[in-house]
Amino acid sequence: MASLVGSRVERKEDKKLLTGRGKYTADVTFAHQTYAYFVRSPHARAQLKNVDISKAQKASGVVAVLTGKDIANDKIGGLIAGWRIKSEDGSDMKVPAHPPLANESVNYVGDHVAVVIAESLDEARNAAELVKVDYKILKAVVKTDKAMDSESIYKDIPKNLCFDWLLGDRAKTQEAFDKADKIIKIDLINNRLIPNAMEPRAANADYNPSTEEITLYTTSQNPHLARIIISAFNGVAPENKLRVIAPDVGGGFGSKIYPYAEEVVCSWASKKIERPVKWVADRTESFLSDCHGRDHVTHAELAVKNDGTFLGFKNETIANLGAYASVFGTVTPTYLFGPCATGVYKMPAAYSNVKAVFTNTAPVDAYRGAGRPEATYTIETLVEKAARELGMDPAEIRMKNFPTEFPFQQTLVHSVDSGDYNAGLKKAMEVGDYKGFEARKKESESKGKLRGVGFCSYFEACGIAPSAVVMSLGCGIGLWESAEVRFNPTGNVTVFTGSHSHGQGHDTTFAQIAADRLGVPLENIEISHGDTDKGPFGYGTYGSRSLTVGGTAIVKACDKIVAKGKKVAAKMLEVNESDVEFKDGEFIVAKSNQKKTIGEVAFACYLPGTYGEVKSPLPEGEEPGLKETSFFDPGNFSFPAGSHICEVEVDPDTGNTEVVKYTAVDDFGTIINPLIVEGQVHGGLAQGIGQALYENCHYDDTGQLVTASYMDYTMPRADNFPEFNLGFTCTPATSNPLGTKGCGEAGAIAAPPAVMNAVMNAVGTEVSMPATAEKVWKACQKMNKSNSKAA
Amino acid sequence: MKTFNYHSTKDVKEATKLASSSSAFLAGGMTTLPSMKLGLASYKDIIDIKRIKKLSGIKVSGKTVTIGATTKHAEVAHSKEVKKAIPSLAALAEGIGDPQVRNRGTIGGSIANNDPSADYPSACIALNATIHTNNRKVSAEKFFTGMFETSLKKGELIEAVEFQVPEKSCYKKYPNPASRYAIVGVYVAKHKSAVNVAVTGAKSCVYNDENISGALSKSFSSSALDNVKISSSGMNSDVHASADYRANMVKIFAKKAVEAC
Ligand SMILES: Cc1cc2nc3c(=O)[nH]c(=O)nc-3n(C[C@H](O)[C@H](O)[C@H](O)COP(=O)(O)OP(=O)(O)OC[C@H]3O[C@@H](n4cnc5c(N)ncnc54)[C@H](O)[C@@H]3O)c2cc1C
Repeated sequence: MASLVGSRVERKEDKKLLTGRGKYTADVTFAHQTYAYFVRSPHARAQLKNVDISKAQKASGVVAVLTGKDIANDKIGGLIAGWRIKSEDGSDMKVPAHPPLANESVNYVGDHVAVVIAESLDEARNAAELVKVDYKILKAVVKTDKAMDSESIYKDIPKNLCFDWLLGDRAKTQEAFDKADKIIKIDLINNRLIPNAMEPRAANADYNPSTEEITLYTTSQNPHLARIIISAFNGVAPENKLRVIAPDVGGGFGSKIYPYAEEVVCSWASKKIERPVKWVADRTESFLSDCHGRDHVTHAELAVKNDGTFLGFKNETIANLGAYASVFGTVTPTYLFGPCATGVYKMPAAYSNVKAVFTNTAPVDAYRGAGRPEATYTIETLVEKAARELGMDPAEIRMKNFPTEFPFQQTLVHSVDSGDYNAGLKKAMEVGDYKGFEARKKESESKGKLRGVGFCSYFEACGIAPSAVVMSLGCGIGLWESAEVRFNPTGNVTVFTGSHSHGQGHDTTFAQIAADRLGVPLENIEISHGDTDKGPFGYGTYGSRSLTVGGTAIVKACDKIVAKGKKVAAKMLEVNESDVEFKDGEFIVAKSNQKKTIGEVAFACYLPGTYGEVKSPLPEGEEPGLKETSFFDPGNFSFPAGSHICEVEVDPDTGNTEVVKYTAVDDFGTIINPLIVEGQVHGGLAQGIGQALYENCHYDDTGQLVTASYMDYTMPRADNFPEFNLGFTCTPATSNPLGTKGCGEAGAIAAPPAVMNAVMNAVGTEVSMPATAEKVWKACQKMNKSNSKAA
Repeated sequence: MKTFNYHSTKDVKEATKLASSSSAFLAGGMTTLPSMKLGLASYKDIIDIKRIKKLSGIKVSGKTVTIGATTKHAEVAHSKEVKKAIPSLAALAEGIGDPQVRNRGTIGGSIANNDPSADYPSACIALNATIHTNNRKVSAEKFFTGMFETSLKKGELIEAVEFQVPEKSCYKKYPNPASRYAIVGVYVAKHKSAVNVAVTGAKSCVYNDENISGALSKSFSSSALDNVKISSSGMNSDVHASADYRANMVKIFAKKAVEAC
């Protein structure tokens, strides 16, 4: 049987998803359904003086109106920060209380004030207008770089500073800088983004008073985490009385990893009114209240020798956490950012200092790449600038500083198990025809356009592990993954994974792995996920972890199945277990034609005895059934890497910038399904190019979100992209038996610096993200590069 | 969305009779429905005019192109007759929003709404359009009176827009990358008697830029605009573009339009 690993199997889930047969949270409606509408703060910062619900309570169709007082009276816990970060001085981070419904103050536009529950959504919405809230409006803190100099939002958090974190050695870094021939400096803004999953967040909680059980349907990347948080921290129901189901979920990009106020409130309210409570965000609510991404202000320096050798790196960053510390809000700008900030290079000394601040904006949390795009943008902008200032080719300076021996102990934290960065960059230059750039530039010039080329070489650390290490760094959860492989009596298989698919294609990739391992046809394998009542506890999908961690758990569970199968087969074949080999779904007695298929063995496990034709005695002491569980905690992260080369064309008269050629060569270790991996790269590139050229979350000085709809927030569209040229190199990971590395975030990590370096190369001066037409036009004016033909 | 009465009407008389101070005509709904959903507008009566046959269709004579009010953008974009008589008008329609919007949105709805960034108002000004309503004919110049304002009276219904066929013309816009409305759009039309240069997106309402049209009347070439100064005063400024940028783009896009005429 040919191995399925490496083959372009079409996604099993697409038929359902593309024909409208997916089942999303909003599709779930219970008998006696009620509908929730949230009263949200229109102000960025205000004291809640009074919330008068009397009129709303009397409105048509209203079942209940609940406020922060009610939730406090019921002792429902607040939303949590999942990762405890310590400051350089050893002190714990400072976080404000984050009640699911505000009690004393509101701290961003969209913050939750009250919930109106009614027989219909229209009635809930109309009654919400009758909730009279008396706000004392306070001056909002909005700008990332001004937060520390502004009035404290929370009285016990001076300077709005959550923590002041350091990784690395300042003194050693300074020594390196003292020896430098040249110091390259940059100031960067990593623009704030709004995740914009295609499916808006939603929750539908159904409390059954007779069993006291809540079933919560929700748009989650991680239903198990939602369950443990809502039960252990919010205290809504004990874990055994809370079932969380994340059915089909239409994208998350990090914004759906953890539960929000709405899930907590719907679950609690359902228990209170003893009816199901459904909430589905409208698009405006998504813009206002989904956690945002990025939002860093960075000063960084690179110490170099005249021959281009890197000596040291400094990174001083202010990271905006928004109004509250969200679940992964504090780890994103620290352990996911700092260690990767030295990039893919040998860097003798370095440090990353991050000051995380609170502002009156929506909370900021992990968004595709989470910390690593920010790190990569910083170092790759610096490296390109160093090449420019030293008069070196951007590829040459990179290759000069690539490590060539693996495992490679990276400066700040990681021991990178495998890689070949030179091979990746060389291949990218080949695939992208770097040699031909000058000719293409001339051609663009003949049309009155400026053409630029930009590089990005990146590595990233994903599939966070092992649990013991990350917990010692302040992580409040483990990061292993589970799998249960269950043979059904008739020989087909259901695989339960603790990870969750919301676009990644688990149903296909995971089935390929199990099919290979068990020798069972792909169509006989079903992947099940997203329901805490089915399969073991797990940690969901984010951080490019599912295949390396969750896929490995499947492999291990399959291996256990085969081990048991061997014993059963030996008994059935009346030979010694050591004489039985397993290959392509068959247990074979060596040097004979005696064999049992894995299906026959499974059947025997479920019918252990003799009954007419059926003769399937189990070995002595063996339990019936064929089902195995595995929990896999990897020994290390996985470290995908690659080189991307972008070419842009700029119209100097308008500043309009187009990506005209994009080459991505990535090393994701072993690739199970190239079709899916290419799709992941395409999606990541779209978001990365989106960040570089189009997307920008903009709050005005009073904290109003200006870009709160698609009329103002520029989502990139298909016509904004060229065909992508993809290529791959492969150095298998050593930390998992599949040899795979995460692929989901690479595009979003590598694209912003590749694009911005190309823009810089075209216009000859720095432009900040997103490089809108006006910014690029101004840069062209500054450099006097208007198109003589039209000017 | 607040509840409302829905009326599907069969002729202009029925539609205008139903109109009141708390009603709206429903054409493509591309503007009306989102604003109702967002709670920005609410009406007692929604009067659907899409079934009134007379309001839809394209008529081309030697000198004019007349487009019925409920004719969709996609129909104009794909019309062979329009493409032949005034290719720039078909091209303008093809550049509106996205396919969904073009398949629903109508010319009547667009000009009645008079969004400062909409495309059609510039065509009306540049192509000396006459707006036919249920009780009068108004010149485009008198029709567009301000930001989201027109000289339409309450309950007055646009029936058709009659464009004058120019000698040559071209519309060039820099689309807002998010919405694809015009950040700046310039419609240059050379008629026998005069040159019109209608600008949309730049100010609170479409206008004829007399500096540019003056220069082009003397010499219809892009170099004629080299020394024309465009002031940024009165220009829009928002997250997408400053007034300065818009002022510069008016000139750049006027040149691009002239070059492509
Ligand atoms: C996402 C998006 C992108 C868009 N992009 C662009 C763009 O790039 N360029 C552009 O120009 N436009 C754009 N539009 C606007 C669109 O093209 C429509 O023209 C516009 O929304 C109004 O047309 P409608 O037929 O949908 O009118 P409706 O929404 O039905 O009506 C709009 C208003 O006009 C009134 N009205 C309608 N018909 C008549 C009539 N015959 N007589 C009197 N009053 C009438 C209605 O009562 C209402 O007040 C965009 C719209 C959307 C939603």
